[in-house]
Amino acid sequence: MQEVKRPNEPAEKFPIIGPGHTFATITDKISALTLKRRTPLGWYLGFAFFFGLAQLLAMTVTYLVTTGIGIWGNNVPVGWAFDIINFVWWIGIGHAGTLISAILLLLRQEWRTSINRFAEAMTLFAVACAGMFPLLHTGRPWLAYWLFPYPNTMGLWPQFRSPLMWDVFAVSTYLTVSALFWYVGLIPDLATLRDRAKSKAFALIYGVLALGWRGSARHWHRYETMYLLLAGLSTPLVLSVHTIVSFDFAVAQLPGWHATIFPPYFVAGAIYAGFAMVLTIAIPLRKFYHLEDFITMRHIDNCAKVMLATGLIVVYGYAMEAFFGWYSANDFEWFMIKNRIWSGPYWFMYWLLLLSNFLIPQLLWFKKYRHNMIWLFLVANVVNVGMWLERFVIIVTSLHRDFLPASWAMYKPTMFDITMFVGTIGFFFSLMFLFIRFVPVISIFEMRTLLPEARVDEKDAA
Amino acid sequence: MEADNKTGLYGLMAEFDTASAVVRAAKRTYSAGYRKINGYSPYPIEELSEAIGFHKTILPWLVFAGGLIGGLAGFGMMYFTSVIDYPIMVGGRPFLSIPSFIPITFECTILGAALTAVVSMILLNGLPQPYHPVFNVPRFALASRERFFLVVEAKDPKYDYAETKDFLESLKPQEVFDVEK
Repeated sequence: MQEVKRPNEPAEKFPIIGPGHTFATITDKISALTLKRRTPLGWYLGFAFFFGLAQLLAMTVTYLVTTGIGIWGNNVPVGWAFDIINFVWWIGIGHAGTLISAILLLLRQEWRTSINRFAEAMTLFAVACAGMFPLLHTGRPWLAYWLFPYPNTMGLWPQFRSPLMWDVFAVSTYLTVSALFWYVGLIPDLATLRDRAKSKAFALIYGVLALGWRGSARHWHRYETMYLLLAGLSTPLVLSVHTIVSFDFAVAQLPGWHATIFPPYFVAGAIYAGFAMVLTIAIPLRKFYHLEDFITMRHIDNCAKVMLATGLIVVYGYAMEAFFGWYSANDFEWFMIKNRIWSGPYWFMYWLLLLSNFLIPQLLWFKKYRHNMIWLFLVANVVNVGMWLERFVIIVTSLHRDFLPASWAMYKPTMFDITMFVGTIGFFFSLMFLFIRFVPVISIFEMRTLLPEARVDEKDAA
Repeated sequence: MEADNKTGLYGLMAEFDTASAVVRAAKRTYSAGYRKINGYSPYPIEELSEAIGFHKTILPWLVFAGGLIGGLAGFGMMYFTSVIDYPIMVGGRPFLSIPSFIPITFECTILGAALTAVVSMILLNGLPQPYHPVFNVPRFALASRERFFLVVEAKDPKYDYAETKDFLESLKPQEVFDVEK
């Protein structure tokens, strides 16, 4: 960040920023998306569509709160189903945002710069969607504050030996830190918008949010120190969050959950799902807002490669789960694998999972598919589906047949399981649309640092 | 231009069009003995804060302390609730189950450090600040777009309106502005 150095830049053909840009053009082009450009018709249509879907969420939640969680399909023995599948799915998606903004910053991957802002927004909105599921699964969400330790008249405290409590702390910390990271990253750009806004009202709103930022060298110095520290703190945080999510399962005794491979396998899966969602958003965004100069083929190509690599780690996880089921020589473990892969009633879910998380993404080995936006968009969405199937397989097929055949049962989602899930997708994309309209989708000040003239020439400055 | 009717100024501001130019000017100004100076740029320039003599910030230590306090508070809370205030025997496990307490201790450490980092950056920078004199120069709006500025404050002991203005002119800026209070 502080220093513009570009070691080993093989892809000169695909620079991280299009040719011919200056500080002024970068500023104007990105801020115009928010300030000047008329809101395109497509924006209204897209927002209307997803906002409509979000109404499903509102209706389902209303019915749920007034009636109870019996409207969902989960019941003993499948006590966790769509609610936890969707929780893990959303929170996994969020992880790519933090990976891009924090880990790639520490690794000095400059290409992260034009995609970190919307990826962070994606994190924030995905975590918000994720949080709704366990919150509503408590059955009495208005008492959800009982999860936090506070002195109360009942004299009770939460049980800190439970991974579910760890989850409360991990997810709420993650949401807080992601929101902070996103907001402080925005401050200098909000100042740019304040200085460029034509209307008084917008200048005032952006001005208040920018806190009076003026780009002073002293401020930048502290800002950069803070930003780097925050990246350093977010890196272990993001790894810990999905590790703790995997503990929800791994600490239990249930075959199919009780596995030491879960933490790394879950983290890789999270990044896999997250990059799939980054591409799902980036491909239409760069096309409809003509951002090909900023989100170049280099970014697209790199995201596809990260997806391929993490996808293979996930597949390794599947292979190891199956191997340990057999190698453990434990009847229950081995039964679980057989039940999951071929002899159980949900066998087709497993094979759909392999198709969408293992076979189809292998197309990404070929440049032809990585560089074809339509193909890549389709593959990314197949992975989005695949990662959902993975959580279904882990959660439902493990729960529905455990130790005693007498307690086995089938699980079927109800209509409200589905409307709630579709509703969160609508909610997520509605927020994304609002974000694209009102906030710079690309970090303007960080883009400026990528230009050759951003560097201070030692001779000239002497 | 009489010096006497220029007494109410915040300072003088010089505009530059490249990063190298503002860094060079800042170095010269610093070595000419000015201390109440500040540079403004549309993106972070490490050399600029060095040039105006701003090297160190206490921020990393505050973050360290914030993390330490967060972690100790998290662990302390679990110790108090599970060992002292309401011990519950579960399956013969010790009340002080350190391995089970690690995840929450870790999360509280991160939370404490991250909150401290952001809050202390904002407060050390004197933000939020609704009014600042530099914004009285209309050209300063470009500081958030493409231009670089160097300001010498009137509070500087070496400051003298005419002399300082001449000095800033000698640094070959685009222009020198008076900054109204």
